[in-house]
Amino acid sequence: MSKTETTPAETAESAEAVKNAESADAAASAGSADETSLTPEATEARELGAAGSQLSTAPREESAVGGPSLGPIGWIRWFWRQLTSMRVALILLFMLSLAAIPGSLIPQNSVDELKVQTFQEKHGTVTPIYEKLQLFDVYSSVWFSAIYLLLFISLIGCIVPRTWQFVGQLRGRPPAAPKRLTRLPAYTTWRTTAEPEEAREAALAMLKRRRFRAHTAGDAVAAEKGYLREAGNLLFHIALIVMLVAFATGQLFKSEGGKLILEGDGFSNTLTQYDDFKSGSMYDSDDLEPFSFSLDKFVGTFERKGPQVGTAREFEAHVSYQTEAGGKERKAVIEVNEPLEVKGSKVYLIGHGYAPVLTVRDGKGKVVFKGATPLLPIDNNITSTGAIKVMDGYRDSKGKKQQLGFNAFFVPTFAGKGNGSMFSQFPELDYPVLALTGYVGSLGVDSGLPQNVYQLDTSKMKQFKDADGNKLAARLLPGETMKLPGGAGSVTFEKDIKEWATFTVSQQPGNGFALAGAIGAVLGLVGSLFIQRRRIWVRAVRGADGVTVVEMAGLGRSESAKLPEELGDLALTLNAEAPTAEEAADAAQESQENTDVSDTSTAAATTGEPVEGAEK
Amino acid sequence: MILAATTNESLAHTANVLVYSSMAVYTLAFFAHIAEWVLGSRSKVGRTAAALTGAGAKAAATVEVRTAEKEKGGGTAVLERPKVITRSAAGRRDVPDGPGAAGGSLKGDLYGRIAVSMTALGFLLEAAGVISRAMAVQRAPWGNMYEFSTTFSTVAVGTYLAFLLTKKNVRWIGLPLVTTVLLNLGIATTVLYTDSDQLVPALHSYWLWIHVSTAIFCGAVFYLGAVGTLFYLLRDVYESKIARGVAVGRAWSSVMERLPAAATLDKFSYRVNAAVFPLWTFTIIAGAIWAGDAWGRYWGWDPKEVWSFITWVAYACYLHARATAGWKGRKAATLALVAFGCWLFNYYGVNIFVTGKHSYAGV
Ligand code: HEM
Repeated sequence: MSKTETTPAETAESAEAVKNAESADAAASAGSADETSLTPEATEARELGAAGSQLSTAPREESAVGGPSLGPIGWIRWFWRQLTSMRVALILLFMLSLAAIPGSLIPQNSVDELKVQTFQEKHGTVTPIYEKLQLFDVYSSVWFSAIYLLLFISLIGCIVPRTWQFVGQLRGRPPAAPKRLTRLPAYTTWRTTAEPEEAREAALAMLKRRRFRAHTAGDAVAAEKGYLREAGNLLFHIALIVMLVAFATGQLFKSEGGKLILEGDGFSNTLTQYDDFKSGSMYDSDDLEPFSFSLDKFVGTFERKGPQVGTAREFEAHVSYQTEAGGKERKAVIEVNEPLEVKGSKVYLIGHGYAPVLTVRDGKGKVVFKGATPLLPIDNNITSTGAIKVMDGYRDSKGKKQQLGFNAFFVPTFAGKGNGSMFSQFPELDYPVLALTGYVGSLGVDSGLPQNVYQLDTSKMKQFKDADGNKLAARLLPGETMKLPGGAGSVTFEKDIKEWATFTVSQQPGNGFALAGAIGAVLGLVGSLFIQRRRIWVRAVRGADGVTVVEMAGLGRSESAKLPEELGDLALTLNAEAPTAEEAADAAQESQENTDVSDTSTAAATTGEPVEGAEK
Repeated sequence: MILAATTNESLAHTANVLVYSSMAVYTLAFFAHIAEWVLGSRSKVGRTAAALTGAGAKAAATVEVRTAEKEKGGGTAVLERPKVITRSAAGRRDVPDGPGAAGGSLKGDLYGRIAVSMTALGFLLEAAGVISRAMAVQRAPWGNMYEFSTTFSTVAVGTYLAFLLTKKNVRWIGLPLVTTVLLNLGIATTVLYTDSDQLVPALHSYWLWIHVSTAIFCGAVFYLGAVGTLFYLLRDVYESKIARGVAVGRAWSSVMERLPAAATLDKFSYRVNAAVFPLWTFTIIAGAIWAGDAWGRYWGWDPKEVWSFITWVAYACYLHARATAGWKGRKAATLALVAFGCWLFNYYGVNIFVTGKHSYAGV
């Protein structure tokens, strides 16, 4: 016999206690004085010795007060039990959701560093406090990590014993019937012409047919079904651990690089070619896949009318790529939702803009610079700014080596002269205009300090002035040329305006695991929330008058309208094989009344009208 | 690809007319519900007090076995069916469900039926509105907040009607549901209104169908759960007052008496919330997969993602609370309301006040 068997009276009581954790809790807190005197054996007996116990592997609640006076090991055990209790899991979960809030309201470095900078400039006083509290890096902060680490320790500490317990339950047998079946939430009885053994055999066969795990213990059949609920619940919690581990490996081993590519230009996947590159702490740059690709054409279309005029409609980057150096060239189109996948890396299309082509000549008409310079969009209509830098080859009218710099302001669709707005009216090249101001001197690129390619450092430069001494500024249409004063040369805005696109190349191992964990989590949840675990007992004994009395009762994890229905179904089926004896009506009536009398205080009426729902 | 020019203006116009018509019909349903509640108040209902103070007859309920018994030998002795006696857990109040808004008044019930019919008609009109909007723009009708809101209320009403069709005891939701649906549509057609239009490239994906439809569905069902929870709290307070013998105002008592028992409301909201929780989990996962395709990372702590996560954790809290001693009942219910509050904030708050990658509010 399994150790789950105890005296039936105790059993029924425990079933009640388990059924009603509220009262159990009340008892626990009321008796907190003698809480410490409760020996582990007693606790175990309370936990295991009942027909209603083990319907779940949920840990028993212990009252938070009254720590042990046991010494360090006792304290550690007490602490561990607290940490792995449902109550603490609940509190940790709640804290996790609270802790996630600030990160959604305060700009985060991990999401948008530029926004963080703007915020810090605007809110000078709170910035140091926020920084101390790691509020710009909430999701990697010490306190956020502490909460989720504790939660996951708690989870593991909870899962392991529960899994063992569940395995034990699977190997054991459903607990024997409590003495008084009338105490259970669903109950039925009748007197039958069948012999007790016959009735029990019929019940056992029927329950097995219905895929209950059933066995006969003494004068009753004990059966249980719905173990998948527990399995689902364990699967779900384990899947959470898998997801976290996958998430963590992803963070440690990932790499992500950004690259701006002009139409017609190419890129090969090596560290030096990236504009910016981020990687996890365990990442090794030798892991970069040796692929390459070039941007053949970029197509962007935008809404031309209606209230959302100017909104992007379609972005397509037409590329040619090779999966390895010297490999076969293939064509592909990268769209916003459709990254290019090359081995373990994905190439995403992130943004696009324009790159006006300029030709710069010196005083003698010699071309010193010709090329497209990508400008950065500053609004949705792709009003763009940037800098054109002529590093070498230029000599001024006196023949002295100099560098040139131009601040550029570009609009793909100009509002028209005198229209008040210098900003672009539409993102496509309907009426492109380029405004330039020029500088001569040293660009400061040799100072060794990293320089922003989109900005000029004019500290060592002199701005070109026109004849009247005003700053020289020109607004050019494609094909037009701006003359630099004093025979310093000229700048031509070529008709051919190029487009560029930015790409992110990312490599993140562990995605497969994360997905598997996610699928496991959903499946586990479905099992855990939709399956009802329940027990059925059928007792058949000879009554005082020699007629067999069949009693059936059911107990579920939670009160459910489904259980009485199922019991009724089973009773009806069994009734066919153990038919009701003659004067059954009166006798059944009588026995019912008896139960009522004995339980007046607790006999309960639930409505006969089931509200069915998720719980089955 | 289809460009903006294909937006069918006359269909779009029809869609708007349909939505406005549904609002008119819902308004009629609203007044019919009011009539139901008002007429029902005259009837005497005092079952709660009777049950709780012990004056009511003790009733051990029996459940009729639904399976039809086989006729035996041309109807000889019809055997007594085994009757199942049920009892709820000790410590629970045993209170019968209230009779519903009409409170047994025939006239009230008639108005109640009119209200339900009107709600059904409003639902059909609104659903037609959503569908013609989808046809007008030739895509899933979930590109901006106006479209979310109309779909959202359509699904909420549809779920309510489906519950009614399957004979669930949910007519008590009628009035609050219609009221909030009207409020929601009012906001949608004024503040949130966006002309029919195409999508930004990030939304061109079949994940739009999967992720957004399940998100809207979850929200609508969570909403019904939240209404149930709120009513549970009110009714539970009322019941415990009665049990303690505290006087309750007559008007309030008349309203409360007609609701289902606290235990029933609690079960209803638990089941509804628990049933959609796996779907909500799936919604977040689907969103993460989509984000992986669109933005190159499946999770980036974007405000929308953060709030979906918070909502998820809050519902997980609620489910845990129900399994934890000392947290059942009102405390757990409060958590459920907090969780729904998070969902609402994720919808209105994040779309309107917080900027992130999910900026498609169209407002
Ligand atoms: C990331 C954190 C967690 C999440 C999202 C989570 C979520 C859930 C969900 C959704 C359920 C189903 C509730 C139901 O059956 O109604 C559940 C049940 C359960 N969880 Fe967790 N859980 C988490 C952590 C934990 C931890 C740390 C523990 C350990 C103390 C734990 C122990 C349990 C137990 C014992 C059940 C079964 C309750 C029952 O049998 O009714 N969970 N959890």
